[in-house]
Amino acid sequence: MRIVVCIKQVPDAKNVKLDEKTYTLKREGVESIINPFDMYALEEGLRIKEKMGGTVTVISMGPPQTESSLREAVSYGADEAVLLSSRAFAGADTLATSKTLAHGIKKIGFDLIICGKQAIDGDTAQVGPELAAHLGLPHVSFVRKVREITEQSLTVERLMDDGYDVVRLLLPALMTVVKEINLPRMPSLKGKMRAKKIEISAWGPAEIGLDDAQAGLAGSPTKVVKVFAPQPRGKRELVVGAPAVQAASLLDRLTDDGILKISK
Amino acid sequence: MNQDTSQTPTGIFVDKDKCTGCGNCADTCPFGAILVDETAVIGEGCNLCAACVDACDFDAIYILGKKEAALTGPDDSRGVWVYAEQREKVLAPVSMELLGEGRRLADILGCPLSAVLLGHQVAGLADTLFAFGADVVYLADHPDLEGFTDERYSAVLTELITEHRPNIVLAGATAVGRSFIPHVAAKLGTGLTADCTGLDIDPQNLLLQTRPAFGGNIMATIVCPERRPQMATVRPRVMKRPTPQPGRKGQLVQVSLNHSGFKTSLMEVVQELTDQVNLAEAEIIVTGGRGLQSAKNFQLIYELAGLLGAAVGASRGAVDAEWLSYAHQIGQTGKTVNPKLYIAVGVSGAVQHLVGMQSSDVIVAINNDPHAPIFNVATYGLVGDLFEIVPALIEGIKARMGI
Repeated sequence: MRIVVCIKQVPDAKNVKLDEKTYTLKREGVESIINPFDMYALEEGLRIKEKMGGTVTVISMGPPQTESSLREAVSYGADEAVLLSSRAFAGADTLATSKTLAHGIKKIGFDLIICGKQAIDGDTAQVGPELAAHLGLPHVSFVRKVREITEQSLTVERLMDDGYDVVRLLLPALMTVVKEINLPRMPSLKGKMRAKKIEISAWGPAEIGLDDAQAGLAGSPTKVVKVFAPQPRGKRELVVGAPAVQAASLLDRLTDDGILKISK
Repeated sequence: MNQDTSQTPTGIFVDKDKCTGCGNCADTCPFGAILVDETAVIGEGCNLCAACVDACDFDAIYILGKKEAALTGPDDSRGVWVYAEQREKVLAPVSMELLGEGRRLADILGCPLSAVLLGHQVAGLADTLFAFGADVVYLADHPDLEGFTDERYSAVLTELITEHRPNIVLAGATAVGRSFIPHVAAKLGTGLTADCTGLDIDPQNLLLQTRPAFGGNIMATIVCPERRPQMATVRPRVMKRPTPQPGRKGQLVQVSLNHSGFKTSLMEVVQELTDQVNLAEAEIIVTGGRGLQSAKNFQLIYELAGLLGAAVGASRGAVDAEWLSYAHQIGQTGKTVNPKLYIAVGVSGAVQHLVGMQSSDVIVAINNDPHAPIFNVATYGLVGDLFEIVPALIEGIKARMGI
């Protein structure tokens, strides 16, 4: 089974600070990590490969430094890694990103594509389903468990807002996964050795047969017109006293604010 | 950006004969990408957002090489559409919120508001959609649409949009909306903005779509200038639910299902304790963290939540300790919520947690550590032992309820 896992390199959230004056993100010196949801995608890909045989290829679109995340993925057990990198890819929205990934993945070949449910920097959750659309594949999002996989089909539990659904898809297909699906392994020593040596394919628009007009900024229908700071939170108040007093004061305040309506 | 047109036929350019070096563009650029050195110079940070083009009083800045024509151009698309989500034949609350917002946008644009309803034996919901403001309801009622699958719902909605060419399409940023709407947008080759918390119409009649990014640390306003429809998913509980007008009438358009050969089947739908798990739609959420110390102590959280009619949330620490299932997890690797009232009990408030709940209207924090970061976002902070404060709260509420 040819499994492709999409990963994204993102700034580590716990180190991202906001510039208090300009409200822009201070990215200097912030460590980059593999998007956490993609770690679950990779782990699930490795588990399916261990069960079904085949290969796991990781792919990422990003600047040249993304290579370090692809090497990291190899250290966990990915067989191959592909970097889609070009100035023409820069500034892509989700449509251009998914289009670019689709061309790269078509070149690799696939039976199953796995993505994390969303990236923690953009939070859109759109690239997975959009990728499926470009490749003409059925997809299922927010998978919390793979119940069964065969050469022909994939049966999964999909997390919904009020429970879960059991869904079966014919392969080839695409799924996006949530954290609940597994507990990612640690890298192996052998994997770390491979990660150091492995040749990572680096493809630009020409290698994947993508017209520049469909990539990056040029291929992105959406434009950011304004970036601004959110409204600061309103009042903050400490409610003091013995526990019973704190509790009563809190209930009074919430009632006065019209937030709570407690009646007999 | 390369400014030599002979080499780069696409991009943004400054007409040096027209540019006066006034600096309006540099002041307007949201990315700080423009420097003025006698004339404007557009640098690497440019996102082709065109804010400077509008700001320039001398028509000195222009963008060349627009993308190939989209499915429908801005000129021939018309109408605001709302995807009316239903699950188990019950309309999701966000559907009504979107009808209220969609009505407002449609009135600004002077165009009709339509709702799209997909399902099986759901025709009875159409009257509700009319009452909440829809002028037209497109109804695809078919056994194959009984439960939600991305493939079928995407196929039907994509076909409807292709046929009727709406200008704007809105859907709830729910598990369903965030899964199949991107598939529709990509099939149509148009833009989509995820999880919007603000919508408006600009003077050029473009849809302004505002969403939080980086966990709500910054807000971004996004437009889709050239392709149609302009599509957005909208966070539940942000838009106001309008007052229905019972008896309000509209046009019901029955749509047939022309598709077969689907590769996805829905085997089973399992609804869990709806009231206590559906965090996205909850008005009140009571969340427990590591301070609870054990799964058993979550009983306190459940009791308080039960009295308040609240959903139960958990911090990542509590989920990792397996005190509660992942469906309850709030924060960066869990769910983002924005209830009217958020009560954090024994939650320290790591930044990964804060990004998932800091847009709540009122936040109450109960923690024994006065330096816990949760207090930085708390409307009301209660420093003390949760095992004393929460029982006191439960007693206080019971007394006020007379039980």
